[in-house]
Amino acid sequence: MTMTATASQAHADPHHIGLVVEHPGPASKRIVTAYGFWIFLLSDIVMFSCFFAAYAVLSGQTADGPKGSEIFEQRNVAIETVCLLLSSFTCGMASIAADMRNRFWFYLGMTVTCVLGLIFLAIEFREFADLVARGYGPSRSAFLTAFFSLVGCHGLHVSAGVLWLLTMMAQVFAKGFRADVLRRMMCFALFWHALDIVWVGVFSVVYLLGSGA
Amino acid sequence: MSDQTHMPAGHDLAPGDEEQHSVGARILGYVVGLVLALLLTATSFFIAGTDLVWQPSIPVALIVLAIAQMGVHLVFFLHITTGPDNTNNVLALAFGLMVVFLVVGGTVWIMANLNANMPPMDQIMRMQ
Repeated sequence: MTMTATASQAHADPHHIGLVVEHPGPASKRIVTAYGFWIFLLSDIVMFSCFFAAYAVLSGQTADGPKGSEIFEQRNVAIETVCLLLSSFTCGMASIAADMRNRFWFYLGMTVTCVLGLIFLAIEFREFADLVARGYGPSRSAFLTAFFSLVGCHGLHVSAGVLWLLTMMAQVFAKGFRADVLRRMMCFALFWHALDIVWVGVFSVVYLLGSGA
Repeated sequence: MSDQTHMPAGHDLAPGDEEQHSVGARILGYVVGLVLALLLTATSFFIAGTDLVWQPSIPVALIVLAIAQMGVHLVFFLHITTGPDNTNNVLALAFGLMVVFLVVGGTVWIMANLNANMPPMDQIMRMQ
């Protein structure tokens, strides 16, 4: 009894400094991967904040072109917002299904997420195409340059997210719920939720504040 | 680095991971988050188009609602909470937020100052 106690004590306190530090060892790969991806997401948000700052500075510089209130359609933005919100929810359902190793609910959640993301992209693309057709392209004024780069950058992220989503479905289909596939799925879910957070900033600052001014 | 999915009584939590909950509790978390987010979004869109409130308060209200909704997303979807096993994630978030506020706040402040102090364009033209 005393022997074992001393042995375990020596193990926990190898230098006999009288301080027993419980050492859990390095974190599991899942934690390290997700934490690294979290750092990337934060740097991505910092990059978006530069676009937001540029938009805030340039939103009044319309060069006799259209103001925000003249070109924004609240109804479309509301539909886009609901699409992204619901897709964030279904993405959460898909990640729960992945943790439960349930293929049916995983595929269903991911498919719905994909369709909602594509509806969002289609509405945004139509809005952009419509603006360019009316002669209000990104080169019309500094305001429109900032608008197209901020909203377009978010749209590019969503497009990349949809491609990543399809890749995840293919990987689960081909490899099953392996530990590495689950880690990627976790990073994808973080990415998709972070895009939703950026969109909250976009619809509040660009569309709602812009249409009031 | 071990490759296991679930930590044995871990000291850290990966961002996006929750403490061990049943499936029902996890789904309920997402449902609550979705309802809160939809409510805040609906309020934002309502406030932006209404004549019911004092007009100069609308921009402030919109910004407050946006920040609240971002908080809802962080807690219910990204599971960034104030638990002791979440310290690393929260610290990284705090640093990111600091940079965001420095960039946006600093830019708006400095550019507004320059804008106010710059003579109008036709005056610059005449000086040349």
